[in-house]
Amino acid sequence: MSDTSHDPNQMTGAAMIVRALIDHGVQHIFGYPGGAVLPIYDELFQQSDVEHILVRHEQGAGHAAEGYARSTGKPGVVLVTSGPGATNMVTPLADALMDSIPLVCITGQVPTHLIGNDAFQECDTVGITRPCTKHNWLVRDVNDLAKVLHEAFYVASSGRPGPVVVDVPKDVQFATGTYHPPRKSDVHLSYTPRLKGDAGQIRKAVALLASARRPVIYSGGGVVNSGPEASRLLRELVEVTGFPITSTLMGLGAYPASGKNWLGMLGMHGTYEANMAMHDCDVMLCVGARFDDRITGRTDAFSPNSKKIHIDIDPSSINKNIRVDVPIIGDCANVLGDLLQVFKAEAKRPDIKPWWQEVAKWRARNSLSYKKNSDIILPQYAIERLFEMTRGRDTYITTEVGQHQMWAAQFFGFEEPHRWMTSGGLGTMGYGLPAAVGVQVAHPNSLVIDIAGDASVQMTMQEMSTAIQYELPIKIFILNNQYMGMVRQWQQLLHGNRLSHTYSEALPDFVKLADAFGCVGIRATKPGDLDGAIQEMIDVRRPVLFDCRVAALENCFPMIPSGKAHNEMLLPAEANDEATAAAFAGGKALV
Amino acid sequence: MNQPASAYFMEERHDPIETHTLSVLVQNEPGVLARVIGLFSGRGYNIESLTVSETENQKHVSRITIVTTGTPMVIEQIKHQLDRMIPVYRVVDMTLTGRSIERELAMVKLRGTGEHRVEALRLAEAFRARVIDATIESFVFEITGNSAKINQFIDLMRPLGLVEVSRTGVAAIVRGPEGM
Ligand SMILES: Cc1ncc(C[n+]2csc(CCOP(=O)(O)OP(=O)(O)O)c2C)c(N)n1
Ligand SMILES: [Mg+2]
Repeated sequence: MSDTSHDPNQMTGAAMIVRALIDHGVQHIFGYPGGAVLPIYDELFQQSDVEHILVRHEQGAGHAAEGYARSTGKPGVVLVTSGPGATNMVTPLADALMDSIPLVCITGQVPTHLIGNDAFQECDTVGITRPCTKHNWLVRDVNDLAKVLHEAFYVASSGRPGPVVVDVPKDVQFATGTYHPPRKSDVHLSYTPRLKGDAGQIRKAVALLASARRPVIYSGGGVVNSGPEASRLLRELVEVTGFPITSTLMGLGAYPASGKNWLGMLGMHGTYEANMAMHDCDVMLCVGARFDDRITGRTDAFSPNSKKIHIDIDPSSINKNIRVDVPIIGDCANVLGDLLQVFKAEAKRPDIKPWWQEVAKWRARNSLSYKKNSDIILPQYAIERLFEMTRGRDTYITTEVGQHQMWAAQFFGFEEPHRWMTSGGLGTMGYGLPAAVGVQVAHPNSLVIDIAGDASVQMTMQEMSTAIQYELPIKIFILNNQYMGMVRQWQQLLHGNRLSHTYSEALPDFVKLADAFGCVGIRATKPGDLDGAIQEMIDVRRPVLFDCRVAALENCFPMIPSGKAHNEMLLPAEANDEATAAAFAGGKALV
Repeated sequence: MNQPASAYFMEERHDPIETHTLSVLVQNEPGVLARVIGLFSGRGYNIESLTVSETENQKHVSRITIVTTGTPMVIEQIKHQLDRMIPVYRVVDMTLTGRSIERELAMVKLRGTGEHRVEALRLAEAFRARVIDATIESFVFEITGNSAKINQFIDLMRPLGLVEVSRTGVAAIVRGPEGM
């Protein structure tokens, strides 16, 4: 000890980890202790720069960190122990990889001399997490630790963001070595994400945009990930060109839902006007989205007559599912900035009045309409009311996965980016509640609501206890239809209405459960009670479990059946038994 | 009714399958080969052949040569997916350069006596295969060449008492003065 006291950079591996967190500006981490991370927990105990949020299950830590990251733009940090701690993190890592969320996950590992011996709580963490991280490291030498930690932060948050894992054996945490602050040379020479778009390609894109007669802008989560400037530039581009714009689930809020050029979300449960515009357009500008199968439907019938421009930071997103004409590899904000500059200097906004008239006809089909009901609460109505009653507030929304998620996307209008956290790519039930915990940690004075389903919410319900412990007033707004509604809908449409294991039997009494957790339970069963109950939920400065009893068998429309084209959408008004049967014939094998 | 099992590849059924040889320069660090192989198995790509060895040991750079098959769109994907891995420096599609030299080495063991032995030796000479081990009833030949030549040699050896074959897989390099 005596000689290490001279050099402030001599410290244990555990101390380096905490020091690196501080050097990267980390204020909060989410974690769960165990034998293989005890030295790190000991260091955490002896400082106050980094606040540790103790979850109830490591999956909760992962999703909380995702919510934290998505709502702040900063990487979320997780600390878990070896073996089961690490395996419990697999779902959030896979989720973050799919949705490009920056996470830095530090896992404890058994001491290096025991690796490979089937030691207690040993698992091959780097092996298990290799396919669900952007990169991962096993650190065998304490003198490599600082470099790896700095590189981990850089890799997670640069380029296309994503989750990383740093696996640190316990003996490395105890060992003393030399720390250094972050520096450029910490990063692999082979890792060079490209930010600036090719000028020639940008010119080609501008020429296409300027000659368009039936253009559409299709934006995605990449715009949100790129930061506020990208959203600002996207809005400016829409303003300058006058083009209609739609977005993926992940991209909601980048362009405001109240904007006059907004077509609504596209894809499987997107609006009719958005999907028809995609199908019939002559020029498509895709910004930070990846032509996922929920978006394209049947790929060989996807927007058959358009020239496609694709802006993406990840070259592997280009031409993966859909061939594009003008790929531009780069960061959304960077490329949009250059594109706008060229457009303003060299192009004229094309006259697309006839196209807008066509769009107006599609809009008039009113694809999000639903039959009002004064006896039972319809889920769509519940979201509409929730939206109305929270308008103008500083609100963040998370969701679980299922029908409620799609209704939230359809009926809750997002005006700003970073306000909407949902599991898009992986579709992870149980994401929303812990994500809300993470969002609330980052934004203690905001209104944070998890729009939940009765089945999903039970997957990570234990994190209510975390919310209580840290006095995080999250609101869990459960659209309780007593079914795994989305699966039930598919069973109805594709499997002869044989509702195999999708009834939520033996549901807990959510109000009593709230009581048991020590939070507030609220129930609404009638449309007339809804506004008052929502107001009560908003007003109380404590966590709330809101049991919103909604119609059990409502289906989520409009819908493009899997494997169908955008112009083969099923609208709610037309979804009678016969039309539904015809629309879904033969699609059973698809997901 | 006869829809394919996934919406992804509807278009691709019509595209021709091509064989490409890729050279991949990587940082030689633990797990890098597992990453590359995991990428191929995880995304359902084919590996026809894969060789790896450190080529610049001061810089810890290894060169991986992969022979893969797929439609042009899939091959493009494979290259992008490899390229975005953190320890990968460069990916070169040797097939697209049109100037790639490809070689592999095979050791071919044969058991037999009499006429078969004589015939095998005669063919080996024609293929420039060397005898690297011999007993009174066996030979091991060493042969280098492109994969087609080696395949052909092995086919010819089969009726002459072929016991087993060990192949290195393909290594590739581009003609001319430039490196990759
Ligand atoms: C972890 C996980 N398991 C299974 C699924 C498949 N799945 C998708 S939606 C859904 C039902 C969700 O039910 P609920 O939370 O009640 O939402 P609802 O659709 O009724 O609104 C299921 C089981 C999933 N997405 N995630
Ligand atoms: Mg439900």
